[in-house]
Amino acid sequence: MSEAKALTSIAGVGGPQQPLLAVKGVSKHFAAGHGLFSRARVVRAVDDVSFSVEKGEVLGIVGESGCGKSTTARLIIGLISSDAGEITFDGEPVGPTLSLREVRRRVQMVFQDSYASLNPRLTVEETIAFGPKVHGLAPAEARARSHELLHKVGLDPAWFADRYPHELSGGQRQRINIARALALAPRLVILDEAVSALDKSIEAQVLNLLLDLKREFDLTYIFISHDLNVVRFISDRVIVMYLGEVVESGPVDTLWADARHPYTRALLAAMPSLDPEQRTQAAPIIGDPPSPIDPPSGCRFHTRCAYAEEICCSRAPRLMSAGNERHSVACFMAESTSGHSRATGASKSNRETEDVTDHHRSVLSLS
Amino acid sequence: MSPIVDIRDLRVRFTGERAVYALNGVDITLDQGEVLGLLGESGSGKSVTLKALLRLLPPRRTQISGSINVSGHDVLSMDSAALEAFRGGVVSMIFQEPMLALDPVYTIGDQIAETIVQHRDASWTNARQRALELLESVRIPSARQRLDAYPHEMSGGMRQRAMIALALSCEPKVLLADEPTTALDATVQIQILLLLRELQRQLGMAMIFVTHDIGVAVEISDRLAVMYAGRIVETGTVREVVKAPVHPYARGLLTSTIRGARRGERLAAIPGAPPRLDQLPSSCSFAPRCTLADAACRQGEIPMVELAPGRKARCVKLSTEVIAQSNM
Repeated sequence: MSEAKALTSIAGVGGPQQPLLAVKGVSKHFAAGHGLFSRARVVRAVDDVSFSVEKGEVLGIVGESGCGKSTTARLIIGLISSDAGEITFDGEPVGPTLSLREVRRRVQMVFQDSYASLNPRLTVEETIAFGPKVHGLAPAEARARSHELLHKVGLDPAWFADRYPHELSGGQRQRINIARALALAPRLVILDEAVSALDKSIEAQVLNLLLDLKREFDLTYIFISHDLNVVRFISDRVIVMYLGEVVESGPVDTLWADARHPYTRALLAAMPSLDPEQRTQAAPIIGDPPSPIDPPSGCRFHTRCAYAEEICCSRAPRLMSAGNERHSVACFMAESTSGHSRATGASKSNRETEDVTDHHRSVLSLS
Repeated sequence: MSPIVDIRDLRVRFTGERAVYALNGVDITLDQGEVLGLLGESGSGKSVTLKALLRLLPPRRTQISGSINVSGHDVLSMDSAALEAFRGGVVSMIFQEPMLALDPVYTIGDQIAETIVQHRDASWTNARQRALELLESVRIPSARQRLDAYPHEMSGGMRQRAMIALALSCEPKVLLADEPTTALDATVQIQILLLLRELQRQLGMAMIFVTHDIGVAVEISDRLAVMYAGRIVETGTVREVVKAPVHPYARGLLTSTIRGARRGERLAAIPGAPPRLDQLPSSCSFAPRCTLADAACRQGEIPMVELAPGRKARCVKLSTEVIAQSNM
């Protein structure tokens, strides 16, 4: 295989039915240090997380700080190694079959801080050409490729190629980061709060760019964000994380219309209203998210959940199908045989969901 | 009733290596007990407006003109002694990052008590008692223990509450809020917004709330002012501005919000980027990005047009239909 050919997009295997990425039972714990007499404390950043990403879809990951969404992204791309579980890329297990170097050809990432993620001493052209050169492309070809990508992300190569990061605006820098991510012709791009630091009018431009590039290069995205409006706009499917665990996942419209986990509903109800006549009247949950150091026992959400019962404190609910085959939830209320007093058939849960969707102001107060 | 805040033709220019025309003629009036949301993108001048109100801009590098009157005080002519009493006593401010606003080496209780002793001539015991009441009023659980907590021992939401307590410790007439919920998690943000709304109503304070988030502005404000390139380009009640924006920038900002957009379809984004402000914009600053712009937009300063009482916009292209629409 010639070097130039090595940088064309890697062909898919296993057909469209095989997930592009499968994450199975992945965990990452960090030591949080300990005192002389106290036991070691552990940050359970990601705990037994499983999900898959279909070819060509946009998978949104939402959750609050400390929920493990960024750690998950770093595990996928191999910036940190997992303690347990396995990651499979288009049928090939990462590690035994697929080397880290090969993973990085297939998976690239764009971070929130557009400035910190660029080398201040490299020009824009050098930044974009760096990866292809490392992977064996001739300097002249790498340069040509970087100009072509600049053009693709809407920046005129004649002006931008020789600029340094500090000469550019935040929106322009994020376009450079996107161009760099595409330089190795990846199949999966992880966008970790990639538009969160941008002004609204620039954010809309970059989202449009991401949609165009996805179509043109046949990409798959994992889109991590705290902004539910953006996630709803760009994602096909969403997973909701809380303190290192997946609590609910499903197609975006299903989650918005029929969220089953009390945490997902609270997140949706906490979104500021855009209608002055329908301002939020009460906060859906009280208090801050607990620390992922020594997380609560049982269901990790039970300390903030209005419906928590004995069983929620002692046992951890498993992620199970919530009717629709692509919609799953980890909550005893959705498990008919769990013994939770609200764990009933469809009629009751339907009624509750309507309350939420009708005005999404439903209050799950702790009182 | 005379307004509690009256800002007229405020102009701020930063000198030095690179001149920046940060504010280019800002007028704001605010009645007692009213909440004004100041909406704009980075560099539009929202934070500079707040800092000018407290005279927090570096005097050697800043040229300020115009007038700022707050509750009978002529802010721009105050000496440093008067300013000390003014800051915290008449006007107080809360910030995005409480870790930078709170002193890391003093407990929360001592910081609040010290402020009260300084401004209100109270005894230390009374001031500590008042600090406890304040922590309770911002709903900090087990407030008595929290008096002796250091800022780093608190979570982000608790620190933000502590900073609000500190800002309210001397019952200011005006509270300035500079993106105080931007760094918070979603479920915590809404709690802080509701708390601020409640305290503002209870205490009858006026508030200027700076944000780039339209949803946040809608939750907290009575009136909105949209800023662009150091000028207010549109102002009115929240309802008027959100439901029927008339300035092309405000319209673009509101339609480019993702909520309501069809999934996977391109957004109606405003093209281009905000201007650099190293020169005084001589005509409409938004014209280079505006689809309606023509020669008239590039000739001289654009005056504010009053569409209805309290409803204004700075655009020469406000057609009669637009104005009729806005009066619906």
